[in-house]
Amino acid sequence: MPMDTKHNPPAAVDETYMPPSRSPWAETWHLLRKNHMALTGLVTFLIFFAVAVAGLAVTSGTDPILDPAQVRLQEKLRPPLAAPKVDTLRPEELPAMGIYLLGTDDLGRDVFARMLQGAWVSLTVGFVAVGIAVGIGILLGGIAGYYGREYVQLIHILCWVAIAVALVLAFKKFWPAAALLTAAAMAALFWKRRHSRSRSPLPRPLAWTALPTLQVDTLIMRAVDIMLCFPSFFLILTVVALLPPSIYNIMVVIGLTSWMGTTRFVRAEFLSLREQDFVAAARALGISNARIIFRHIMPNAVAPVLVSATLGIASAMLTEAGLSFLGFGVPPPHATWGNILSDGKSFIFDAPWLTFAPGLTILVVVLAFNLFGEGMRDILNPKLRERN
Amino acid sequence: MDQSNDILLAVEDLQVHFLGDGPAARAVDGVDFEVRRRETVCIVGESGCGKTVTALAILGLLKQPPATIAGGRITFDGHSLLDMARDDLRALRGRRIGMVFQEPMTSLNPVFTIGDQIGEAVLAHERVAAEEVRRRTIRLLDEVGIADARQRIQDYPHQLSGGQRQRVMIAMTLACQPDLIIADEPTTALDVTVQAQILTLLKNLKQEKHMAIQYITHDLGVVAAIADRVYVMYAGVVVEQGAAGHIFDRARHPYTMALLDALPTKEKRGRRLYSIPGSVPHPAYKPHGCPFHPRCPYRRQSCETEFPALCDYGAGHQARCPVLFADPAQTEKTS
Repeated sequence: MPMDTKHNPPAAVDETYMPPSRSPWAETWHLLRKNHMALTGLVTFLIFFAVAVAGLAVTSGTDPILDPAQVRLQEKLRPPLAAPKVDTLRPEELPAMGIYLLGTDDLGRDVFARMLQGAWVSLTVGFVAVGIAVGIGILLGGIAGYYGREYVQLIHILCWVAIAVALVLAFKKFWPAAALLTAAAMAALFWKRRHSRSRSPLPRPLAWTALPTLQVDTLIMRAVDIMLCFPSFFLILTVVALLPPSIYNIMVVIGLTSWMGTTRFVRAEFLSLREQDFVAAARALGISNARIIFRHIMPNAVAPVLVSATLGIASAMLTEAGLSFLGFGVPPPHATWGNILSDGKSFIFDAPWLTFAPGLTILVVVLAFNLFGEGMRDILNPKLRERN
Repeated sequence: MDQSNDILLAVEDLQVHFLGDGPAARAVDGVDFEVRRRETVCIVGESGCGKTVTALAILGLLKQPPATIAGGRITFDGHSLLDMARDDLRALRGRRIGMVFQEPMTSLNPVFTIGDQIGEAVLAHERVAAEEVRRRTIRLLDEVGIADARQRIQDYPHQLSGGQRQRVMIAMTLACQPDLIIADEPTTALDVTVQAQILTLLKNLKQEKHMAIQYITHDLGVVAAIADRVYVMYAGVVVEQGAAGHIFDRARHPYTMALLDALPTKEKRGRRLYSIPGSVPHPAYKPHGCPFHPRCPYRRQSCETEFPALCDYGAGHQARCPVLFADPAQTEKTS
């Protein structure tokens, strides 16, 4: 009969002749170092990040080192690297660096300082908008993928509609009505939950509330389809035109109109991961659904999301620049790359640096993000990795 | 003999149907079996005869729909599992009933270290400090015979061999000291030497931890190695049951006999192995009468119309074939 494994462990098991342990992150980093395009993108992005943070430090506050709003009318449209005419300026108007690195615009403002200020706007808009989009995308995509086959009961839809109406009422400051509606909806949901746990049939007059109506998957994915039907830039334009101009509104609106791609990605990943054996094993261990979703499935699904987020940041920055260019973006005098470009277009033949500085910067940064994103896609997808 | 509170798991007349287009597929069609404390019970049968579905039904892991539990009772330690609330059932899974799956290659999450995953199994049912989780993880890995556990907890599944992964799976199952382990062909995907190691491991662990094991397999060699009692399933029905010795020495059902004939042994060396003609009927289109009759060499007219009753051969040995050994005198002759 076979020997006793506990006291005499089988020697044949290849314990020591194994490659050193390498986590998925270390593996990714190893492959990234070999992909020069992606690495260039990453380095460019890191420089941009550092510049944007430094730019925020030197251009904000009451007495900034580089004041992007300092108007010097006698110094307007100076070319890049021009030295200021010291005799015409008051001491506090002198540029801190001694020269106008990227020239001045039609009001004599330092374009370099304005570019720095704009870098922070682009960075935050990119990250916050994509953060919102990815958050919504992961949540909805995860629900659609994991719980897609479940039916929503009529009572649940009614309750959520009631809560939505309550939110609108609260927005319009009808507090008692809003509170009442919310409380009623919550009570109904809570009661339903307790009742469904006990698994006894509902009393007859209430049986209709448990009618299955729509599949969760249908509900979410058709919402995605509807959102994708709108030409999103014009949707954003309309919403921004209705809202008070502010950088936060722009971030939120861009975020709320770009979650659909992530949702589809995450759903697709969840649909395949849900059927994996390790999910079945986790369920057999009695691990809760929430933990399975967030601890077991999500880390496996995060790779394509990361890629689409990187590409999304680039497109969010482009959208913001486009909005600012059209005058719907961040309100002046705050500088963004889009409105520097917009201001500069009337002087494109007299002062080309006003268009080239923001234009080239947008090009380089967006390109860097795209290269990095595509590189990550190749690295994280083993099928694409084989080819190069 | 008082065995009533000795019974850990009792499945009575379990029926699991899969609904789809056409007639319902009756994957499990009235299965009765029981697992006593501290015993190893083997469920044997060809692919597609309802072994895995039965196991999933016990744990409440069947996807409903398309599966429906059309009838029967499952009692575990006095609690009816089919009537249990979802959260209670979840609390029971892993803590009192553990399951080991067939494919160790895909049953571990590729993005976490094995230490993380065993720790997760501990944390699923108990609140313990991180240091304690680590200690228990190492002890569990030691128990399942993984050398150098302290180092191995940092490994990712892809760094382990199939046998090691199955050991890790067993360690996860053991994390909360369950009373019953359901092992669903845990050695099928492994090669023969590793298979023997895993079987020995399960046997030893069963002794040490006083667990019961419900072992699902289609390999009679495995059954011979570990089983106390055996249930032979065919087309969603238990066709023969009894102590392992009875089944191997005195099979009373044509299907069991055919399975034994198909087993390569020393005596049959050099000869062509017997194979059962035909294949398991589709669960939606089972034959009337005895489900095995189209493939049975001993079939009679009555087999095509009457569903066979269990015939008792004493000491818990029962077979669902009233034809072959109906006459005790004949029984003696053939055995």
